[in-house]
Amino acid sequence: MSRPARRPLSATQRPDVRGGMGIFLCAGAVSVVLIAAIAFFGLIFAEGAKPFWPRTLVEWQLADGRTLLVQELDVIDGEMRARMGNRDLNPVREDHLRAGPEEILSRSVPEDAVHIERMEHGPFHGYLVGGSEDSAWQDDGLHVLMPDRETEVVFEEAAVVRIKEINRMSLLSRLGAWLGGTWRFLTEAPREANTEGGVWPALVGTCLLVILMSVLVVPFGVLAAVYLNEYAKDTWFVKLVRVAVNNLAGVPSIVYGVFGLGFFVYGLGGSIDALFYADKLPTPTFGASGLLWAALTMALLTVPVVVVATEEALRAVPRERRDAALALGATRWEALRTVILPGARPGILTGLILAVSRAAGEVAPLMLTGAVAFAEELPVNGEFPFVHLERKFMHLGHHIYSVGFQSPDVEAVVPIVYATAALLILLVAALNLAAVRIRTRVRRQLTGA
Amino acid sequence: MIETMEPKSPPAADSALGRIAIDSAQRRPDDGSGSEEVFRVRGLDFFYGGSAQALYGVDLDIPANRVTALIGPSGCGKSTFLRTLNRMNDTIDGTRVKGEVLLDGEDVYDPSVDVVELRRRVGMVFQRPNPFPMSIRDNVTFGPRLHGMKAAGGEAETLVERCLKGAALWEETKDRLDESALALSGGQQQRLCIARALANRPEVLLLDEPCSALDPNATAKIEDLIFELRGDYTIVIVTHNMQQAARVSDRTAFFLRGKLVESGRTEDIFTRPEHTETESYITGRFG
Repeated sequence: MSRPARRPLSATQRPDVRGGMGIFLCAGAVSVVLIAAIAFFGLIFAEGAKPFWPRTLVEWQLADGRTLLVQELDVIDGEMRARMGNRDLNPVREDHLRAGPEEILSRSVPEDAVHIERMEHGPFHGYLVGGSEDSAWQDDGLHVLMPDRETEVVFEEAAVVRIKEINRMSLLSRLGAWLGGTWRFLTEAPREANTEGGVWPALVGTCLLVILMSVLVVPFGVLAAVYLNEYAKDTWFVKLVRVAVNNLAGVPSIVYGVFGLGFFVYGLGGSIDALFYADKLPTPTFGASGLLWAALTMALLTVPVVVVATEEALRAVPRERRDAALALGATRWEALRTVILPGARPGILTGLILAVSRAAGEVAPLMLTGAVAFAEELPVNGEFPFVHLERKFMHLGHHIYSVGFQSPDVEAVVPIVYATAALLILLVAALNLAAVRIRTRVRRQLTGA
Repeated sequence: MIETMEPKSPPAADSALGRIAIDSAQRRPDDGSGSEEVFRVRGLDFFYGGSAQALYGVDLDIPANRVTALIGPSGCGKSTFLRTLNRMNDTIDGTRVKGEVLLDGEDVYDPSVDVVELRRRVGMVFQRPNPFPMSIRDNVTFGPRLHGMKAAGGEAETLVERCLKGAALWEETKDRLDESALALSGGQQQRLCIARALANRPEVLLLDEPCSALDPNATAKIEDLIFELRGDYTIVIVTHNMQQAARVSDRTAFFLRGKLVESGRTEDIFTRPEHTETESYITGRFG
């Protein structure tokens, strides 16, 4: 037998260049993904953090004779975009304006300018009468001057939320104000058609929806997976069920929304009303979209994820361990309950993490089954039964949509949309992180490390 | 399978445990003859799926309070045979059994048999150590808890100590009973599995290549343990290791291609085998 001719061991190409194209492509793909992710999160978090920063008030003398106090935002196409406030008091009835360099005759920073947050009509920019809060508060309310320092306006006490002399604030106190603003954004209810105030109800609604969905989806998904994996024989029917479950994950979410509306809200809810709340009809109790139906729809949407993850986890439990339980005289159900399911917990948690991420971010099905742009009351409160499943609720994802695209003042809500998006991302990340930590702890218990 | 949990009676007087005192006094360790058999297997055929036959007409008696070794090359059916004794093969879909497997005169494949009770009386230890991901204590009490014992209390404490001592693991683990069993070494895990099987107070202990995943040191410990246990339990061990079979067993059965070629006193099988196939296998000419 002849051997191939001997070639020298020293490579003709540098060894690390061999297969270089493959490595280049893979690394390139990772870089692109990384850059996209950094750009995306960077944009959202940078823009989301901006609205709460107390920006300096600048006095603009405009060519048309107007004097304004504005917070300068950015430059677009050579024109400066600024927020002038005083929406109800200026003739154009607008909050924002753009001005080219030729229109702005002069810019200066008056020390005594104030920014007043009001219950209605957005912020007021101007001056306090007498130069201090003490002198400005009189019996009939807060006396302030317009940016021209001539026209006097009076606000009732109830209309004033907060007075800030921004231009006198140090960097540190601005930072404090920023933190305060962020905190209020998280904990206050929205005002003025969601263009002002916070997102507390949406935050609560989102968390509640996710929790309720988890409570519904985990037992359901786990039991289904247990049946498929442990009890069902491997027949064509079971295969069909498995394929169907996997395909459910690919159904567009709006379809789930339509189904939820038709089946849960009108079908189930309508029946419940007819049976138990007949005296209140035609006003629906459960027969209208609400938290419970939204959670059920979301559970249906995420159940394939949980089923698939649980099945994987059950399959991953070593056969020897099952055998050990059975050989000790456990019935199949006992082996499942005491050994197999506990061993599958990390996998089940993985399924739940995926389900939660998906549910927290979905909007389309919620629009049909329970989320609203503004809900008068939270779905949780101190009144029995504490969680009001039939109520409509606010949701961060839906909030982004409704504020961003259904608001009367598009300029004013851009920062809120960014901030809400940042919050939603943070919330999903926090939920994920919590679940991952639980999973790590369970895994550590299981491996004894 | 019968899922109802009947109240389990403590090992009755006529079971193996009741006979220990009489037996161990008069038995000669290397000899199974004259001892009463615990298992009597007659004409056992075994099928995986429809057509794959794994055992052909096996007849074998397993004497009480002796160690019986099952040897043979891979795929000869020795493990399958072992698993028919406590019906572990039931867990595989599509298997079929013909013939009789009598445990103290009762056919274990009778439809009225409670598999749970069968498996309590016939314990099993597997090839790879398979402790449950729980504490050492919970591993030991797992079987009795299934059968109604309370997890905490004096009964459990005594049981844990007795079983761990029985498996020669007590000294190493007495200070860490609440730690995870998975933190133990492979050999310790395997002894824990034996302790776990002992906790059910079985009559028979089936060992399916219990040392094949262990290093020589751990193997020696397990073998010592088997040596000690054989006074109190009937042990059936499947092994690939000729020396091990010779060292620990009183009787040996040689399987080849699903058939029982010969069985008898270990001494005889290893020194004067009747069949040439046995001799070839034992002397290492194949397998």
